[in-house]
Amino acid sequence: MNRSQAKLTQGIDWPIVGLYLALVTIGIMSIFAAEYRGDDNIWQNIIHLNKNYSRQMMWFGISLVLAAVIWLTDSKFFTATSNLLYAGGLLLLLLVLGIGKDVKGSHSWLVIGGFQFQPAELTKLCTNLALAKYLSSQETDFTKLRSRLIAAAIALIPAGIIILQDETGLALVYFSFFLVMFREGLPGVLLVIAFSGIVLVLSALLVDKYVLFIIFSVITALVIYFMRREIKRKRTRLLVILGVYAFCSIFVMFIVPFAFTKVLKDYQVRRIEVMLGKENDPKATYNTRQSMIAIGSGGFWGKGYLKGTQTRYDFVPEQSTDFIFCTVGEDFGFLGSVIFLGLYVALLFRIIFVAERQRSTYSRVYAYGVASIIFFHLAINISMTIGLAPVIGIPLPLVSYGGSSLMTFTMLIFIMLRLDADRQMVLR
Amino acid sequence: MSVFNQPRKRVIQAIILGMVVLIITRLFFLQIVEKKYAKLADANAVLRKVVYPSRGIIYDRQNRAILSNDVLYDLVVTPASVKAIDTGYLCKILNIDKEEFRKRIVNAIVRNGRVRQSVFAALLPAEVFGQLQESMYLFQPGFELVPRQIRSYPYAAAANILGYIGEISPEKLKDSAYASYNSGDYLGLAGLERTYEAVLMGTRGIQYLVKDNLNRPQGAYEGGEFDSAAIAGKNLRLSLDIELQQFGEKLMKGKMGSIVAIDPQTGGILAMISAPTFDPNLLTGSYRSTNSVLLNRDTTKPTFNRAIQATYPPGSTFKPMIALVGLDEGVITPSFGYPCGGAYYGCSRPIKCEHHDAGHAANLRLALSHSCNSYFSHVYRLSVDAAKFGGIRVGGLQKWSDYMNSFGFGHRIGVDIPSEARGIVPNPAFYDKMYKGSWNSCTSVFLGIGQGELTLSPLQMANAMCIVANRGSYYIPHFVQSIDNDDTHLLDKYKEKHVVAHISDTAYSAVIHGMTDVVESGTGRVAQIEGITIGGKTGTAENYGIVDGKRVKLKNHAVFVAFAPAEKARIAVAVIVENSGFGARYAAPIASLMMEKYLKDSISTKRQPLMKTVMETVTLDAAMVAKSKLDSLNASAAIKKNGTK
Repeated sequence: MNRSQAKLTQGIDWPIVGLYLALVTIGIMSIFAAEYRGDDNIWQNIIHLNKNYSRQMMWFGISLVLAAVIWLTDSKFFTATSNLLYAGGLLLLLLVLGIGKDVKGSHSWLVIGGFQFQPAELTKLCTNLALAKYLSSQETDFTKLRSRLIAAAIALIPAGIIILQDETGLALVYFSFFLVMFREGLPGVLLVIAFSGIVLVLSALLVDKYVLFIIFSVITALVIYFMRREIKRKRTRLLVILGVYAFCSIFVMFIVPFAFTKVLKDYQVRRIEVMLGKENDPKATYNTRQSMIAIGSGGFWGKGYLKGTQTRYDFVPEQSTDFIFCTVGEDFGFLGSVIFLGLYVALLFRIIFVAERQRSTYSRVYAYGVASIIFFHLAINISMTIGLAPVIGIPLPLVSYGGSSLMTFTMLIFIMLRLDADRQMVLR
Repeated sequence: MSVFNQPRKRVIQAIILGMVVLIITRLFFLQIVEKKYAKLADANAVLRKVVYPSRGIIYDRQNRAILSNDVLYDLVVTPASVKAIDTGYLCKILNIDKEEFRKRIVNAIVRNGRVRQSVFAALLPAEVFGQLQESMYLFQPGFELVPRQIRSYPYAAAANILGYIGEISPEKLKDSAYASYNSGDYLGLAGLERTYEAVLMGTRGIQYLVKDNLNRPQGAYEGGEFDSAAIAGKNLRLSLDIELQQFGEKLMKGKMGSIVAIDPQTGGILAMISAPTFDPNLLTGSYRSTNSVLLNRDTTKPTFNRAIQATYPPGSTFKPMIALVGLDEGVITPSFGYPCGGAYYGCSRPIKCEHHDAGHAANLRLALSHSCNSYFSHVYRLSVDAAKFGGIRVGGLQKWSDYMNSFGFGHRIGVDIPSEARGIVPNPAFYDKMYKGSWNSCTSVFLGIGQGELTLSPLQMANAMCIVANRGSYYIPHFVQSIDNDDTHLLDKYKEKHVVAHISDTAYSAVIHGMTDVVESGTGRVAQIEGITIGGKTGTAENYGIVDGKRVKLKNHAVFVAFAPAEKARIAVAVIVENSGFGARYAAPIASLMMEKYLKDSISTKRQPLMKTVMETVTLDAAMVAKSKLDSLNASAAIKKNGTK
C-alpha cells in the first residue's frame, strides 16, 4: 500500500502543490468574507450551493478531480494533442461568437445545463500547449523571423476572436506569451520597442498633439547634440534618429486623430477615453474609488477577518470576482497583502525554477507560459483594484470566484506538474 | 538554445519583482501613509450619502411636458445600525404603535438583511416629513430619509403609453443586469418608463459628508474630492400629440377598442388610445399598489393596451393589402376586372358580396371602393395558386405570408413600449397542423377578405396604412422622436426606412384612388373632411367567442383605416370599436374626427354635433359597466389632483 502510494505521487513538486492549495483556500475564505452576513445559515448555504463561496467549493472539488485525472495521464498525451486542442479551442471561441450569451456586456459565455462557462479562459491553456508544441518542434528555428511571426500568430489569433466577444481584458492576457518568447530568444529590443509603442499610443491619446510635437522635437535635438560625435563617425545614425522622430510626429499629429475621427466608431472612441480616464465615467471611477477606500481603510494590521465594513456592506462592486483583493486588503491590511503577494511571488519563482530544470523545450516553454499567464493576471487585477490600471475585468488567479477560471488555472498548473515529473523524458 | 538564453530568466524574475514592488509601494501609500481612506470607511466619521438624480421628463411633439417630477421622502432603516433610540418618539411621529415598529424591523431584516437599507415608511406625507427632518439626528445612523421621485401627469392621459415607476423587486435586485440599483430604488415598470429606463434614470451621485458628534452632516469631506456628481436623467421628446391623445380618449369614452394614429413620413405615433382607459395619476406614489390591483382586476381590463396587445381579424380593411400582393406578383393589373354577380362561386361554398350590379368590380379601383368580396377572394386565390410557386402548398402560401410579414404582420413590429402582440399570419405549417395536411386555396379563401385565421393588432393596421400612403415604405412605429444629448443607439432602428414591395406607382395610384373613392362616394362617406382628400377603408370584423363551451357569433367589431391628405399623407389612422357593428357607423367618424383635429387643429362647427354624438355614445356592455369600478377610480384620481393643486 505504502509503496504504491509512493509511486503514485512520485516526482510531484510539493512546494507548488502547497502554494496552489494555500491560494485556493485563501480565495474561498475571501469570497466567504465578501458574502457573509451575520445571520446567514452557513451549512445550508453550502449544501444548497446558493452562495458564491459554496459554489466555489464545488468548483474546487471538481478542480481536484481534474488535477487527479491529469496526474494519471501520460505526458505524451499533451504533446500529441496540443495542436488538436488548440484547433478545438479556436472552434469553441468561434462558436461562442455565434451562440454565446451576453453577461455583463460581453458576449463570451456558453450556457451548459444551467452553468455558465467562458471558453476564453480555457483557450489560454490550449494556446500555451500549442505554443510549446510549435517552439519545441525540430523544424522550428526561433532565430528566424518566420518562426517568430508564426509563434506570435499562435498567441494572438485567440486574442483577436476574444476582442470580438467584447472581452478585451481577457484578450490582453494573451500578450503574456511574448514573455515566454522573450525567454526563448526573441530579441530584448522588441520588448523595449513594444513598451515604447504602448507609451507612444497612450501619450498620443492623453497629451495634446502640439505639446507632444514640441516634446519630440526637444528630445530629438538633445539626442543629436549628445550623439554629435557618433553621428560624425557614421552619418546613417542621423538618418535613423530623424526617421524615428518623423515617424513619432506623423503618428501623433495625423494617424491618431485620423483613426479617431474617421476609422473608429463614436462609441469605441468613448470607450477608449473612459478607459484612459480622459472622460469621466461615473460607474468606472466609482468602482475604483470604492475599492481603494476598502483597501486603504485596512491600515497596517487590517480590520481582522470578517470585520471589514466596506466589503461587507456591498460598497465594493464585483467583490467576489474581479475585486476580491479588496477583502484581503481590508481584512488583513498591508501586512496581510504583502504576505499574500509573497505567496504569488513564491509560486511564480518556483514555476520558473521548475521551468529551467526541464530537459525538453516543450516543458520549459509550457512552464514559462504558466508563469507568464499567472503574472499578467496578477499584475493587471491588483493594479486595477488600487487604481494603477483602468478597470479591466480579469480574475485574480486561483482566488477570484469563477469556475472557468479556477479550473483553467488548475489544469495549467497540474499539466505542468505532470510534465515536470517526466522531465527525464524528451517531450516535443 | 536553452543554455544560451538562461540569463533571461533573471530578466523575467526582475520584471516580476519590479511589478510586485510597484504594487507594494502603492499599497504602502494607500494603507499606511494616507489616512483619508480609512476615515472614509468609518461610518461614524463620514456620512456616505447617495444623491438621486432627477428622472428625465417626457415631452410631446409640441414640447409640452406630459409628466413632471414631485419629490417625496421614504424613511429607510439599516437594522444593524439602529442604536439605542427613542422608539416611542419615532412611533409618535409616524403614528404607529411599538408592535408595528417591531414588525417593520423584522420585515426589513427578512427582506434585505441586517446591513442593507430597507424602506421603513414609504412616501411620507408633508407634515410627517417636516417633523422627522427636524429631529432626524436622534434616529441616525439607523434611520435615514431618502428622496424618491414621484411622477404626476397634468394631462391625465396616455396611461398605457407612459407606463409607471415603482420600487425594484427583490428578484431584480439579485439580477446582475440591475447591479446599480439598491433596494427601495424606483425604476420604470411599464410603457416608455420601462423601455427607456436606462436613459431616464440618470446616474446617481455620492457625497461624503463630515459628521459631528451628534451625527449631523457638517460639510463636504476633503473638499469633495471623493464625491461624484449625480447626472440627471435625459428627457424624451415624443411624436405624440397630447391634445390629440386626450381628444381620442374622449371620443372612445364608453366604448371598447382602440385608435392608433401615425405620421407616415416618420413613423412617429401621434396618438394611441386603448379604451376604456384610466388616469395615470392612479399609479403614482403610495396609491400605486392598491390602485394597480383594482385596475388589473377590473372587468373592463383598462391596463390591457388594446392598441398593441389585442388582435382582431381586419375584415375588409385588409383588401388593399390583398391588392398590393396581387399587383406585386403580377397576377393582376390595375385594370383587372371580375364579373361578380353578387357572390363568389369559385369554391364549393359561395361567399356573399354586398353588391350584384354588373361592373361594380370592373377594375381594381371600382372593386376597392365597392369592397367586392368576390374580386378579392379571386385575387387571393390567383396570388397563392400562381404557377411559378408550384401551387399554394409548395410555395404559394409561403410567399404570400412572407409578403404579410414584410408588411409588419404576424410578428412584433418593434414599437418602443413592451408587450406587443404578434397577431397571426397563417403559413403552410399553420394549416398543415390545423387541417392535418389536407387544405388548398379554397380552405383559406377567407384570408382574401380579411377573415379566417388572420389577426392583426390595431398598430399593425395603422402601419399598413402608412405603407399604402407612402407607396411602399414605412418606418417602425415609435413614440420617442429624440432623446436629449443622446449617446445611445436606442433610436437607430426607428430612423431606418423599410421598403416592402416594388410595385409601380400606377398600381399604388389605383389602390389609393380606390380608397379615396371609399370616402368620396363609397361606404366611408361619413369620414369626409372639407378640403382634405382622405383615403379610407371600412371593415367589419366578424367576431366569434366561446359561450357555454360553444363557438357562437358575437356582435361584429367596427374597423376603419384611413390616411390623409391622400396626396402626401401626414396622418394614418386605424380605429377599432369592439362589438359595435358595421365599420362606417362608429369607427369611421372617430377616425375622421381624429384626422380633422390633427390636420386642422379643431373640429368645424358643422361637425360639432357629430363629435358630440360620438362622445356620448356608449357601446360597452351594460352588465360589464355595472361590475366595473373604473369610473369611480378615475374620479378619485381627478379629486386627488384638484384637491392638492
